[in-house]
Amino acid sequence: MTGNPYLFAAYAATWIIHIAYLSTIVSRYRRVKREIEELKK
Amino acid sequence: MKYLFPILAILTGILLWYALSIALNPVIHVGGITLQGAPTEQTMGNVQRIFYYHVPSAWTAFILFFINFGASIYYLIKRCPTADIVALVCAEVGVVFCTVVLVTGPIWARPVWGIWWTWDMRLTSTLVLWLIYVSYLFLRRFSSSGQTPVLAAALAVLGALCVPFVYFSIWFFRTQHPQPVMGGGGSIDPRMLHVLLINWLAFSCFAFLVCWSRFRLEKLQREVDEAHAMRSLMDEPGQSPPMAKASIGKSGSAK
Repeated sequence: MTGNPYLFAAYAATWIIHIAYLSTIVSRYRRVKREIEELKK
Repeated sequence: MKYLFPILAILTGILLWYALSIALNPVIHVGGITLQGAPTEQTMGNVQRIFYYHVPSAWTAFILFFINFGASIYYLIKRCPTADIVALVCAEVGVVFCTVVLVTGPIWARPVWGIWWTWDMRLTSTLVLWLIYVSYLFLRRFSSSGQTPVLAAALAVLGALCVPFVYFSIWFFRTQHPQPVMGGGGSIDPRMLHVLLINWLAFSCFAFLVCWSRFRLEKLQREVDEAHAMRSLMDEPGQSPPMAKASIGKSGSAK
């Protein structure tokens, strides 16, 4: 079982990057929704 | 149509989970069924399994950059706003996947080569490709000129030319990086190839869904910006902005 910490680090880094990007999409979506609500007032 | 996205998201989640399982285990058992996973590589051991995330991420990034290239060419010819959105979205998601490649590569290199990074042609050209698309995104983010989409499309065309160079750099130059798995003279165990292709399929489906979400968001954002502009133009005392309201109504239904 060689290199397991590196394997874990690589897989974890991949998902951290993807989740970080997805969270920026979610926050941008929330901001747009807020803007729509403000415009509708 | 309303349920298409959640259904695809669930299917992609299952596919990603399956791809992860077969990438990490030589054999997996699901409900009494034994499935073949990726065998352990004899020289590198388990660290070689980084390959199943590193390579599919690179291929997905390359495909997204090529779609960005096609959409940019189309935008330059037809000035179609949808093509501009597709180009932006593919560049953004492509940069995310390219970041994964640049992060997982050194993590794999450290135990195998004994170094995190070397300035050889494949690694350096990948970094340059990433920097080109990051500058593309910076241009889109910080330039407010009306010419920004045209300048970005021109930059994207130049950036896409770098993609085949990155892929085939290991053919033309002596590098530390292994030969390409596809079309480059490298060989691979069929079981590893199977796992690699499943992972690629899973990451491609994931990328498609992320692009879809990002496309809808960008479209909505542009409609809101348009409505803001319309409102500020028509916002005179005692006057309502009917066009802005109509545009927002359309935005709401696009969700």
